[in-house]
Amino acid sequence: MSILLWLVTILPFLGALLLALLSGTLPKKAAGALGCASVGASWVLAMVVAGSFLQHGPSGVLNTTLYPWMNVGGLRVTMGLHLDALSVVMMVVISFVAFLIHLYASQSMYDEDDYNRFFCYMNLFVGSMLTLVLADNLLLLYLGWEGVGLCSYLLIGFWYRDRKNGCAAQKAFIVTRIGDAAMAVGLFLIFTQLGTLDIQSVLAAAPKVWPVAGAAVTTVALLLLGGAIGKSAQVPLQTWLPDAMAGPTPVSALIHAATMVTAGVYLIARMHVIFTMAPAAQLVVAIIGAVTLFYSGFSALVQRDIKRVLAYSTISQIGYMFLALGVGAWSGAIFHFMTHAFFKALLFLSAGVVIDALHREHDLFKMGGLRRRLPVAFWTFLVGAASLSALPLVTAGFYSKDAILWASWSSRLGGGWFWLVGTLGALLTAAYSFRALFLAFCGTQKTEIAKLAGGLMNLALVVLAFFSVVAGFVGMPEVLGRFDPFGHFMSSVFPRVPLAADRSSQGAEGKLLLISAVLSLLGIYLAYLYFKERRWSEAVAQSAPGRAVHRFFFAGWGFDQLYDWLFVRPFKAVAFGNRSDFIDKFFAGLGEAARYANIGLSATQTGRLRNYAAGIVLGAIVVGAIALLR
Amino acid sequence: MNALFYVSGGIGIIAGVMVVTGKNVMHALINLVVLLLAIASVFFCLGAPFVAVLQIVIYAGAIMVLFVFVVMMLNLGREAEEQERNWLSSVFWRVPAVLAAVLLAQFVVTLAGREAAPMAGVIGPKAVGRSLYTDYLIGVELASLLLLAGLVAAFRLGFLPGRLERDDE
Amino acid sequence: MSSVPTNHALILAAALFVLGALGVMTRRNLVFVLMSVEIMLNAAAVAFVAAAAKWRQPDGQVIVIFILVVAAAEVAVGLSLLLRIYHNWKSVDVDEVSLMRG
Repeated sequence: MSILLWLVTILPFLGALLLALLSGTLPKKAAGALGCASVGASWVLAMVVAGSFLQHGPSGVLNTTLYPWMNVGGLRVTMGLHLDALSVVMMVVISFVAFLIHLYASQSMYDEDDYNRFFCYMNLFVGSMLTLVLADNLLLLYLGWEGVGLCSYLLIGFWYRDRKNGCAAQKAFIVTRIGDAAMAVGLFLIFTQLGTLDIQSVLAAAPKVWPVAGAAVTTVALLLLGGAIGKSAQVPLQTWLPDAMAGPTPVSALIHAATMVTAGVYLIARMHVIFTMAPAAQLVVAIIGAVTLFYSGFSALVQRDIKRVLAYSTISQIGYMFLALGVGAWSGAIFHFMTHAFFKALLFLSAGVVIDALHREHDLFKMGGLRRRLPVAFWTFLVGAASLSALPLVTAGFYSKDAILWASWSSRLGGGWFWLVGTLGALLTAAYSFRALFLAFCGTQKTEIAKLAGGLMNLALVVLAFFSVVAGFVGMPEVLGRFDPFGHFMSSVFPRVPLAADRSSQGAEGKLLLISAVLSLLGIYLAYLYFKERRWSEAVAQSAPGRAVHRFFFAGWGFDQLYDWLFVRPFKAVAFGNRSDFIDKFFAGLGEAARYANIGLSATQTGRLRNYAAGIVLGAIVVGAIALLR
Repeated sequence: MNALFYVSGGIGIIAGVMVVTGKNVMHALINLVVLLLAIASVFFCLGAPFVAVLQIVIYAGAIMVLFVFVVMMLNLGREAEEQERNWLSSVFWRVPAVLAAVLLAQFVVTLAGREAAPMAGVIGPKAVGRSLYTDYLIGVELASLLLLAGLVAAFRLGFLPGRLERDDE
Repeated sequence: MSSVPTNHALILAAALFVLGALGVMTRRNLVFVLMSVEIMLNAAAVAFVAAAAKWRQPDGQVIVIFILVVAAAEVAVGLSLLLRIYHNWKSVDVDEVSLMRG
């Protein structure tokens, strides 16, 4: 079993290696097949391992070591994997969604010149992500972390010949790097204080070594949070994700919706003991989650590019996951991760079908009326949008989002404000997701269809749509009959939500459920009125405050401009001021000094015997002086 | 005897100065011979009659003669003397004079304080010969090799293709 | 026979040596340079004889004999080189026979 677990992570790396070495000589079909096969095999093995884990129950927790990686000073790190309920869920979801997206991409990217390179990077990414979630020590996790960051850079800038793709990739890398640096400092602190980087040991030792709510724990928690913020694109490090949509659509689906951006969520969930010990940090997590989900909901409402709508939507949904982590609903966050992976990947892939069909057209206002021409895309997008909006009872999103909203109300660490923000966010979510649907698929067609989706692409869409509906049924709330195998499964890793007595009555849950259901339907209806029937849209669009607000939301509440003022301009000014680099001057000066020495010394080569004789006499004088002065 | 030493020394130095600052080659050569003879006298005062005689016979008698022959063969003439005058303007003496003065000062400072009278006595040719052919036998052989090498080299290098032009002056 | 103080003799040797060195450092005519070298050799010989007198050993004089030999060989070769130079460059100017630039 441990061998199979290792193969789950190694097979995609092997695929990447083969594709890298053979990329010149493999025909496209073979490269696509290899890329999909390696991830597919990884998924199959993941299912086998998961099955075995489920059979064994609590004793199925698996720790396997491949070899000792480094043994330096007091640092002992191994190449080891750890399998428990959390990693099983992550592993299965990641490998499954990745496999479906690979199938989709094998058809949708077929006309690309760099087809082989694409699958090499994608495989490398899947391998890194699986390493990240299965690692048993923080250093290996960091390896996977950096690996996915690298692949994100490579894949965002996949069409590197266009300069702005490269800039978007750099932006993503640099912004996440800030988070990575914070995380690295956090790892250093953990090592120096607790003496180990093995995750289970850290989680066991932390309560013994650190005082609860002390400075040490809070600092470490905040630093890890910094890393998570960068990778998961939360405020204030969220500016890279909308621009990362410059990459191909399968990339956006895999990396920037389903997997990489959830790495931060995984990190916090995995290190939940540390966060529980630092209530201040956990509160910050919740606040960041709440702020982010609210802020990006507004930004998503006014975007023109369909992928940017989905990008802001991703930021918002991960904000929900952070909110859940912040109020102590650990399994709720993972539940939402699972459902979100399905419906967000689905939304991206069906958007990709639309984009390809209209010849790379991203602008929503140039789409329209595609309902009849692209039926599969329409219906799957509808299912995805419904799940995203948490359409009551029939979608997976409803159950996972409800779990989060209930926890934000009833948890001791939550409260009324968190619930209110989350619920209003749900309203916004429904509004913007159906806005995109109506603008893209309804109304009159504005652009001609160039290409229809292939069979594999449609297959991926349908499968994801299926799971976007049923995946929620494993975590149903109290009022609907407490069928919660998911929560039960996760309880082997996570503690339950700490409930506040005064807010957590049975009736309260039912009432909140009703409110969120009503709001999501209201959001859909408002979107229908505003965007399909265009009832007040003309009036608002013409008015001055309307236009100002639109501009503000469109620019993502001005974060890019703020960072430009705060960081980019001063940095460029300093670089400009130092353009004749004083450090460079020092080293260039060494060269200049050598040159002058050469000129000086070559002047002594006169070719005159008399001068040479004088030199000899001079040498004799020097030696004599030394002898005399002794 | 001591007085002879100082007198000969003085003559030697004066002759040396005249050689070094001379304009006319032949005059300088004659001055050099004077210096060699003065040095021979100095050797004599220091109780080394054998090398004194050898100095006169070999150095002044053979080596300087060779010098004179070759210089006469060059036949440098009056323009050479003019040229020398130009080359020897005081500007060229400055730096070498300073260096030489410093060197001399170093020597004098080292040597001045030590007053050491030698044991008076003459070391005659018999002692020198015995030392030469027992302790320094290898040196003798090497010296002969050196002379042979010098002979061969001089023969080969001096073999000019075509003869020197004669001055028709 | 004589009791010349050793350091006086050595000072004489030093003076002659410096004189010869001065000549080598200053003169442009190759013949004069050779003559200055002779002066230096003689200075060394004086020093050796003074040492021999001090220690009452013949070794100093033996060395002087060797100096004589060396001087002879050197003059022979040196003058033949001088003839060659005169033949090629038509001048005995030391500066002219240099091919170096700079």
